[in-house]
Amino acid sequence: MSEKQVLAEQNNREAASADALAVSRRWLLLGIGVCFNAVVGAAVAVPVIRYLLSPAKPDDAYKSWVSLGAIDSFPVGETRLAKFQNPVGRAWDGETDRVACWVRRIAASEFQVFAVNCAHLGCPVRWFPQSQLFMCPCHGGAYYADGSRASGPPERGLFTYDTKIVAGNLQINAGQMPTLANTARLVQIQTPGGGSPCTG
Amino acid sequence: MHWLNRVYKWTDSRLQLGEPIKEMALHPVPNKTASWWYVFGSAAFVLLMLQIATGVLLALVYVPSAGHAWSSLNTLDHQLTLGWFLRAMHGWGSNFMVAVVLIHMAQVFLFGAYKYPRELTWVLGVFLLLMTLGMAFTGQVLRFDQDAYWGLGIGASIASRVPFIGNWAVHMMLGGPIIAGATLSRFFAFHVFVIPGMLLAFACLHVWMVLKLGINEWPMPGRVVRRSTYLDEYHTLTKADGRPFVPGAVWKDAFFSAAIIAAVAVCASVFGPYGPGGQPDPTIIQTAPKPDFFFLWLYAVLSYLPPSLETPFLLIAPVLGIAGLVGLPFYAGEGEKSWHRRPVAILMLTSIAVTWGVLTHLGTFTPWSPKMNAWSGGPPIPTRYTHPASPLQRQGAIIFQSKQCRNCHSIAGAGGQRGPALDLVASRMTEDQLIRQVLQGGGNMPAYGKNLSPSEVTALVSFLETLHPVNEPPATDASRNTAAVVEPHPHS
Repeated sequence: MSEKQVLAEQNNREAASADALAVSRRWLLLGIGVCFNAVVGAAVAVPVIRYLLSPAKPDDAYKSWVSLGAIDSFPVGETRLAKFQNPVGRAWDGETDRVACWVRRIAASEFQVFAVNCAHLGCPVRWFPQSQLFMCPCHGGAYYADGSRASGPPERGLFTYDTKIVAGNLQINAGQMPTLANTARLVQIQTPGGGSPCTG
Repeated sequence: MHWLNRVYKWTDSRLQLGEPIKEMALHPVPNKTASWWYVFGSAAFVLLMLQIATGVLLALVYVPSAGHAWSSLNTLDHQLTLGWFLRAMHGWGSNFMVAVVLIHMAQVFLFGAYKYPRELTWVLGVFLLLMTLGMAFTGQVLRFDQDAYWGLGIGASIASRVPFIGNWAVHMMLGGPIIAGATLSRFFAFHVFVIPGMLLAFACLHVWMVLKLGINEWPMPGRVVRRSTYLDEYHTLTKADGRPFVPGAVWKDAFFSAAIIAAVAVCASVFGPYGPGGQPDPTIIQTAPKPDFFFLWLYAVLSYLPPSLETPFLLIAPVLGIAGLVGLPFYAGEGEKSWHRRPVAILMLTSIAVTWGVLTHLGTFTPWSPKMNAWSGGPPIPTRYTHPASPLQRQGAIIFQSKQCRNCHSIAGAGGQRGPALDLVASRMTEDQLIRQVLQGGGNMPAYGKNLSPSEVTALVSFLETLHPVNEPPATDASRNTAAVVEPHPHS
């Protein structure tokens, strides 16, 4: 009789001799072993899941005030591209921690700062001073000078940053890529006609 | 060769793989399945092997760091001996793999191969397709050029539309608040470890099931699949009209796979590697990002959907699509396999293929995008449009060019296609309608009322009024004529 057959025989005998409710010692030990693994697994899973979820933070956790430079570098009545370093970054981010935004100086101390990201799917919009329009190269979204939606697929106007002027410098509250899930619900942009507000 | 035999025997007496492999190789397959129609699955598997091999070779040099990825690819392309060829093989291998997987899927769908007992083989195949597309997308990200950067932006924008957990989803996708180092690292981990590991394991299971359940027989009209009788019928068929898989059927697989790899190599050497395009500096906004070939259809869909439908479509359509594919074998697990008796299947496949083709074709030239440089970089308005014109009309032509009208409207075949071509606009719109359209916009056009002075509008519209065929007068408002006739006699 080979080793295999002996083992099979042994299993059969155990199964036959046991009554329906009894649990053999081996199966009980295996059950305890499985439970032990489950407990250890759950204990190890907690730190693993917290590690995995660490990038997800509340809306304002990533934001801080960033300077775009002296307000004199933005002429009144014009819209210009400004660049800044993202306040949150890592040493190996390379060029990707640089961010661009459109600064519109309406009056001496009145500014509007728009994200370059189209409110549709995030492509970089370009400003055309001649026609006073922002146009998106991807799917053809267009916005008026005040950031409100002019035409195309976007559901709302351009994303805006909160601004303040500190010691002659223009500062914006920035730090994360604006999307419909964060910046969108914070701002409300009037249509140029002053009609129904286009809420994000 | 005696020693070779001894080595084999020594190894296999320990490895114990000889018998099962022999059994698989010699299992009988129906004679009619030894066909050139049955070669796509094995070709997809061979392409997966090619991708793994070339991927490992590229990983010897590639640096998965946001600061260096782009320059390491340029080093591969331009400084390392034949680095460009390996990149090209991997890039073209990816194209061929997506294409072959899709063709394979269409073929097994047409041949009814998803029916009993091969439902799970089909379901695994659906996951394999999704993972192949996942590899194509993450691979495009690893190229880490401008297109990759803004493509990630589009991905994040789509993720942000998920209700309630949108912001969370964006952070998880990007690994932080912006597209940066953490983003590339996690896409690298997915492209190199997570997805390929699953892809390989699933592909092996898929092949295992094909070998164990037997290849789908050639569908014959009237030979209906029934759960109660199918297995017996299949075994009778393979016994009566079958041949061993090796070499009876596999030689065609071998030929086709070699041809496909040769085709990848030819494309790689003729067309070269993909990019990388511009450097991933987000402050360089003079860019028009575009996805890779197999996502162009999606790019087109996103442009043509009405804004209100976009979020529901993006979030619901993929779920329905995947559920439909997975559910197919459970809905139609029995019945006719032959395409002669499955008109709905043929119609579905044809309409999906035609839709996909049209959308992809549109994606190659993006008529919905404004041509950002058409007003400054394209050809000027031809003199035949301005030569006979009055000074006011010529002034209008200048305004037409300088106010970027041409970014969306073409004239004489040059300019954007976002709006209608304006060569004949005067014959379909009256002066008043033109003024209204310019001032108020609408129908996808921005309003220019604030951005043009009244005299500029007058000049622009007087130019647009000249755009009609020589022998056809411009459209006029009939009531204007009446008014003109009536005016001299106000008291009559």
